[in-house]
Amino acid sequence: MALLLPRLREPSVIPGFGLALGFTVAALSLIVLIPLSALVLRAASIGPIGFWAIASDPRTLAALRLSFGAAFIAAAINTVFGLLLSWVLVRYRFPGRRFIDAAVDLPFALPTAVAGIAMAAVYAPNGWIGSIADKLGFKIAFTPVGVVLALVFIGLPFVVRTVQPVLEEVEREIEEVSALLGASRLRTVFKVVLPQIYPALLTGATLAFARGIGEYGSVIFIAGNIPMVSEIAPLLIVIKLEEFDYQGATVIALLMLVISFALLMVINLFQAWSRRRLGDV
Amino acid sequence: MSDIEISEVFRKRDVASEGRVARIALISLAAIFLLGFLFLPLIVVIVEGFRHGPAEFLEALADPDAVAAIKLTLLVAAIAVPFNAVVGVAAAWAIAKFNFRGKNLLLTLIDLPFSVSPVISGLVYVLLFGAQSWLGPWLKANHLEIIFAVPGIILATIFVTFPFVARELIPLMQSQGTSEEEASLTLGASGWYTFFNVTLPNIKWALLYGVLLCNARAMGEFGAVSVVSGHIRGLTNTMPLHIEILYNEFNFAAAFAVATLLAGLALLTLILKSALEWHYADSLAAAQQH
Amino acid sequence: MSLKIIRRSFTLGIATLALAAVISATPPAFADATLLNVSYDPTREFYKEFNQVFAADWKAKTGETVTINQSHGGSGKQARAVIDGLDADVVTLALAGDIDAIVKNSKKIPADWAKRLPHNSSPYTSTIVFLVRKGNPKAIKDWGDLVKDGVAVITPNPKTSGGARWNYLAGWAWAKKAAGGDEAKAKEYVANLFRNVPVLDTGARGSTTTFAQREIGDVLLAWENEAFLALNEFDADKFDIVVPSLSIKAEPPVTLVDENAKAKGNTKVAEAYLQFLYSPEGQKLAAKHFFRPSDPASADPADLARFPKLDLVNIDDEFGGWSKAQATHFADGGIFDQIYKPSN
Repeated sequence: MALLLPRLREPSVIPGFGLALGFTVAALSLIVLIPLSALVLRAASIGPIGFWAIASDPRTLAALRLSFGAAFIAAAINTVFGLLLSWVLVRYRFPGRRFIDAAVDLPFALPTAVAGIAMAAVYAPNGWIGSIADKLGFKIAFTPVGVVLALVFIGLPFVVRTVQPVLEEVEREIEEVSALLGASRLRTVFKVVLPQIYPALLTGATLAFARGIGEYGSVIFIAGNIPMVSEIAPLLIVIKLEEFDYQGATVIALLMLVISFALLMVINLFQAWSRRRLGDV
Repeated sequence: MSDIEISEVFRKRDVASEGRVARIALISLAAIFLLGFLFLPLIVVIVEGFRHGPAEFLEALADPDAVAAIKLTLLVAAIAVPFNAVVGVAAAWAIAKFNFRGKNLLLTLIDLPFSVSPVISGLVYVLLFGAQSWLGPWLKANHLEIIFAVPGIILATIFVTFPFVARELIPLMQSQGTSEEEASLTLGASGWYTFFNVTLPNIKWALLYGVLLCNARAMGEFGAVSVVSGHIRGLTNTMPLHIEILYNEFNFAAAFAVATLLAGLALLTLILKSALEWHYADSLAAAQQH
Repeated sequence: MSLKIIRRSFTLGIATLALAAVISATPPAFADATLLNVSYDPTREFYKEFNQVFAADWKAKTGETVTINQSHGGSGKQARAVIDGLDADVVTLALAGDIDAIVKNSKKIPADWAKRLPHNSSPYTSTIVFLVRKGNPKAIKDWGDLVKDGVAVITPNPKTSGGARWNYLAGWAWAKKAAGGDEAKAKEYVANLFRNVPVLDTGARGSTTTFAQREIGDVLLAWENEAFLALNEFDADKFDIVVPSLSIKAEPPVTLVDENAKAKGNTKVAEAYLQFLYSPEGQKLAAKHFFRPSDPASADPADLARFPKLDLVNIDDEFGGWSKAQATHFADGGIFDQIYKPSN
């Protein structure tokens, strides 16, 4: 191992590579990788035919479609409002700015179950907002709309916290040049500023998306949990477990895991690529 | 202060900004979104927690089961957070200071717990340490309790919060590069001396920020902990699980009281974080002036 | 200054880790017996009081102090936790099927457990009734009214909740009888019934909250004890209990988890704990908490008077026992899954 390591990395005078990497990999293996491999083994023991039967079951597909669809819509909403919030926080000075800045992290800090119960209380037909929606003739809580709302709540800080530092780095001189050359403000924003923060925006949206796919605690309180309609994939895993169907549960878990891993791998490669392209930022 | 005022004046005539109307509209839109979305649930929790007055609020928190849950939550955070802080620093050191093959894979694996469903995070430990697993009989024979006991709760919490510190440190340390460390080492300092006296001062605020976020999530984790806890009153219930129990006993006031305490801890975390950021910004500005 | 703090907390962190490893490796030593009763959702209030009475009785009889820890949750979830190693001395679950699952998957309980205690090991029984809004605005009288258009029915998910399985089977039994024994009609009935369900919570308590607190739905299918409890806990003027023409005799069984109790040296006290459920004190407490006692003679007549008389079918005669009912209706691909298939 010690002989192999130097060849795997570029030479450097900085010490501690072996120790730092060794410790990281050991902790990662013990806490994350070995437990996850237990999941993979359990799911694999079912064989490809059984795996396919569970993976292609209409109810599994409906649950995955809801989890991924709701997470996607929530990520899209978060992209718009996350960008708006980052913009306002970075570019403008106004009373209460620091307060809003701090509040963005609230979903990170608020326990998901508490958020779920509280959101059910707000959006249920007898809740503060739910009752208004009810009078207007539509329902929020206990429908897929409720799932999306919960996921918007969970995912917002991911977008803001990824975009904010990059937006701060954007050089204002280029915008001035663009304005002086006669471009309208809107054109400057869309053609000059936004292209520079697209990588960060995409990363933030993907993180929010990945987080939303797996969210459980806050969603079950507000989802309605009707099979084929408002049953999310993590709930289906729990249901399978409760039927003592460990293989069914692990198959769905593995499917979600593989998709999440692929998503994260893509954004990390993309980030590495854009760092190389733009130079170290 | 005067610097800010000058730049403020300058900005008002800035061609590279939006008009006053557009600015106010954007700010209002952002504020309304935040109020309607992030604050309403929090306000509901606090209002419900104090619905029956402060006496009942305190009574709910003084209940022996609630006290046990608070203690357990603090114990879990006290172990999970330092562990993840150490791992986060080590991971950031390896990833940011060196170039090696498989770096992106390692980075992705560190991120993985972010996107693994909390239910799965708990499930994997049940599959690994449960009575039905390979390790199960051996653990049983040696009287080692992991699942449905405190170690399982700690493990699941570490899993869920694994990336928080590393994720804060890696981009910062990548942008800082290695030149300062190289200078220190060339001048004859040891590796540990360099780490404690050169690197750590550079990353201390980001490290504390990561630790705070990690701590908030560790105290609030529900899904993963719920799977491995066993829900034994007074023994393996953390605060979020205790809230669920109270809620299921139709004891809504007490449930929201404990939730208010937990949300209070979350808010405290945010306040500390913001204080850090202001401090951080000041020291950063000071550094730039030199 | 702050650097020193960081360095110190760094060292502290490593020390804490080492300490935690040591603490978690040493098994806790208890001077007196500590029992763990793993139970289902609606028994919380009953066992809270029962445990105190039993501990006092045990102290008086033997001089030993016994502490009883409680764990509550959905019946299936609790059974799974015991299978995966939750160290229960006794389980008191919602239905025999869940204890059978422990037998089958962990062998910690002998297969003939149901015969070890009187009344199929069910010291108390219950049934399924309807809870409706005050004044019964939708005029719900019997099972047939639940499938009408515009009636929203609240029940938990039979996949995750024991109580919901009793709900489903009671509805099935009524529909089958109403159709003169036609099972296809019964299946059509439950399919229509669940089409009227807007929220499927994972546990009985979740459904009660949805109905009572969130004010969703016109009727809640509930354990009889849960319905009475809802009247007590929430505003009693807001709900009425409706007793259907036919329901099911729900038998929540109790048993010793032999291997766990033996390993902890708790067999004697755990057996006494279960026996105490059948004692006059235990029966009286059960009736007080709205469970129908298996020996009504020892209960308070005033408590007994609260239980309405109704026609009850039982699981063995109507469905051929739990394992058969489980396989036909609730297993993966069973009838409950079929009614949510898009083709149906």
